[in-house]
Amino acid sequence: MDYLIKGATLPSGERADIGVAGGVFATVGRAAAGSTGNAQVVDADGLIALPGLVDPHTHLREPGREDSETVRSGSRAAAAGGYTCVHAMANTYPVADTAGVVEQVWRLGRDAGYVEVRPVGAVSVGLEGRHLAELAAMARSAAQVRVFSDDGMCVWDPVLMRRALEYVKGIDAVVAQHAQEPRLTEGAQMHEGLVSSQVGLTGWPAVAEESIIARDVLLAEHVGSRLHVCHVSTAGAVEIIRWAKARGIAVTAEVTPHHLLLTDEQARTYDPVYKVNPPLRAAEDVEAVRAALADGAIDVVGTDHAPHPREAKDCEWQAAAFGMTGLETALPIVHQLMVETGRMGWADVAQAMSHRPARIGRVGGQGRPIAVGESANLTLFDPSARWRVVPEQLETASGNTPVAGRELHGRTVATFYAGRPTVLDGKVV
Amino acid sequence: MKHLLSAADLSRDEAVAILDMAEQMAATQAREIKKLPTLRGLTVVNLFFEDSTRTRISFETAAKRLSADVINFSPKGSSVSKGESLKDTVLTLGAMHADGIVVRHSASGAPYQIAHSTWTDASVINAGDGTHQHPTQSLLDAMTIRRHLKGGAAAEAPAGADRLTERAAALAGQDLSGLDVMIVGDVLHSRVARSGVDLFTTLGARVTLVAPATLLPVEVDKWPADVFYDLDRALAEQPPDALMMLRVQRERMSGQGGGFFPSPQEYSREYGLDARRLAALAPHAIVMHPGPMNRGLEITSEAADGPRSVIVEQVANGVAVRMAVLYLTLTGAKE
Ligand SMILES: [Zn+2]
Repeated sequence: MDYLIKGATLPSGERADIGVAGGVFATVGRAAAGSTGNAQVVDADGLIALPGLVDPHTHLREPGREDSETVRSGSRAAAAGGYTCVHAMANTYPVADTAGVVEQVWRLGRDAGYVEVRPVGAVSVGLEGRHLAELAAMARSAAQVRVFSDDGMCVWDPVLMRRALEYVKGIDAVVAQHAQEPRLTEGAQMHEGLVSSQVGLTGWPAVAEESIIARDVLLAEHVGSRLHVCHVSTAGAVEIIRWAKARGIAVTAEVTPHHLLLTDEQARTYDPVYKVNPPLRAAEDVEAVRAALADGAIDVVGTDHAPHPREAKDCEWQAAAFGMTGLETALPIVHQLMVETGRMGWADVAQAMSHRPARIGRVGGQGRPIAVGESANLTLFDPSARWRVVPEQLETASGNTPVAGRELHGRTVATFYAGRPTVLDGKVV
Repeated sequence: MKHLLSAADLSRDEAVAILDMAEQMAATQAREIKKLPTLRGLTVVNLFFEDSTRTRISFETAAKRLSADVINFSPKGSSVSKGESLKDTVLTLGAMHADGIVVRHSASGAPYQIAHSTWTDASVINAGDGTHQHPTQSLLDAMTIRRHLKGGAAAEAPAGADRLTERAAALAGQDLSGLDVMIVGDVLHSRVARSGVDLFTTLGARVTLVAPATLLPVEVDKWPADVFYDLDRALAEQPPDALMMLRVQRERMSGQGGGFFPSPQEYSREYGLDARRLAALAPHAIVMHPGPMNRGLEITSEAADGPRSVIVEQVANGVAVRMAVLYLTLTGAKE
């Protein structure tokens, strides 16, 4: 046996010793004394063992923007946050709209070796929203793409969206939509509401998100396809998704840690670190997405980890880039907002941050139960740890975390990816 | 007071103190020697990322009359379009040992960012930022309103330094309580309207906003102001003591500019101050405009140049208010 994790608490609440050998879970339960050989022992007393986290929504920036993140630095950040798999969004330079680019990203991920990097392919050539990219070629490439998204841009043209939804049925893939009506958000800087009216920043109405989601669930129903909605941020969007699910439409939805945590009030600081797409919303929206995550109307947590170099944020709000980092802080935020408050148990967290995102992305070997014979992807989380976020101390190459200086509740102590530790004692190895 | 970033930051007493000091400053301006030694040895930088000759000259005049050294600095083009970053520009000012920085910027929040940054220790005065705030404009508006509507007999005869000192004394300590201020036009894009609503309500006035719904922010109903879409109805139901017409940009009617209203003709008919509406005002009511005016669009020449108009006086009061603000921020910072 390679590793013996002693006394961990499983998502079910049971305590167990977990033996890891040859990349899989060899034993789960009370380890027989003496049967461990020269296994390295990891003391997991008081730690929660979760199946390795799977992020449905990560921007790794490579190729093209290695000044903000690389596949390697982003993979290290993911491991530090407890992830064993990330979906790398397609808005790179060049865009991941060909088999060549997705294979490049996949290989960079494999070579880095910290997490399974699953490239997301672009829906349209160049993210331009005109012509379908060669989705089947990307699906059949070594990268085996199963999620397609123009994230950063909305697949706005209803005909193109219909075609994409239909076309991916043949390759068992899903379209992940960044729901943003472009005409309603021209020049938009922040959520449109009382705060935008007072701080004088151009408003981004909730309806710009909701109208696209409403259209897309109807399209998905019409053509009988799966749809995934990225970063749901408004109460109205939650209602539409509830309606669609009740109707039996195959829609899944995602929420980010920052939309669970922060409101548009942050814009009063004019600190562009809080500028993000979709924007931070009002308090009632935040409550709606929390409730939806708790009851499963929102299926998954996606970080939308979006690193940017300092100069992209060290400027006027309206000149700044959209986006914030999140891989290393997502689990503590979910713990604090959802678990400590009693709204979710650890089994629910495992569903939202591992099982369901793996299933949506058709990732075999990830998001599986902690059970004998399964690939040993595992996160050990210490819910009693307290730490203050110092951007320079994070693994991500960029400093645009919205929780700098905040004290977070809980920390990833160890991560195992395919039986090998990528994080031990809270440090990436 | 170290900075002046937003009219919303001012308490009633702070605002009244600025207005009182501005009246005293105005009184000194009637003297033969206008220059006061108050800010001798201090440097004020007019940092104008956005062109506004009127506002820059007003601040420059105010600073010079207080004997400050003035540097005008207008970075080529806005940094929001390419060019030197806001941070680098402000760091450059460090080399000029600026004590006060007067900032005009097309981006909402830029003065706030400078004041809250580690880039400079100088006092920051917001001279208009994007569609956010223009606090010295609302202060000069308040000064003008107070003088005309709260000064009684003392306000009326503007002759001689002694009379002005008398007037300043008569106005001292007064706010705008009991007055009705109506603001008409493009509230959505107007920093003048935002600072006006904040300041006038702080000073006790009732504010009424009149505009087509396209030119009002969503959730304007949560602002401390009454809202009308119909100007004639507003004039009848809440007759103003002070009527402020906002500048409307013609480009806002095109599809590219947002298509906020169908045509200038329709805007004029619905929201312009013409002879008929002018005649409907109460005898004591005053007509204001922050300038520059689109004569024939939001205001006719008859209204702009008529006896109720205090538009030229607004400009003069701008210098007095900015003297007061420079004095209070720069000396406050030193003490
Ligand atoms: Zn997105």
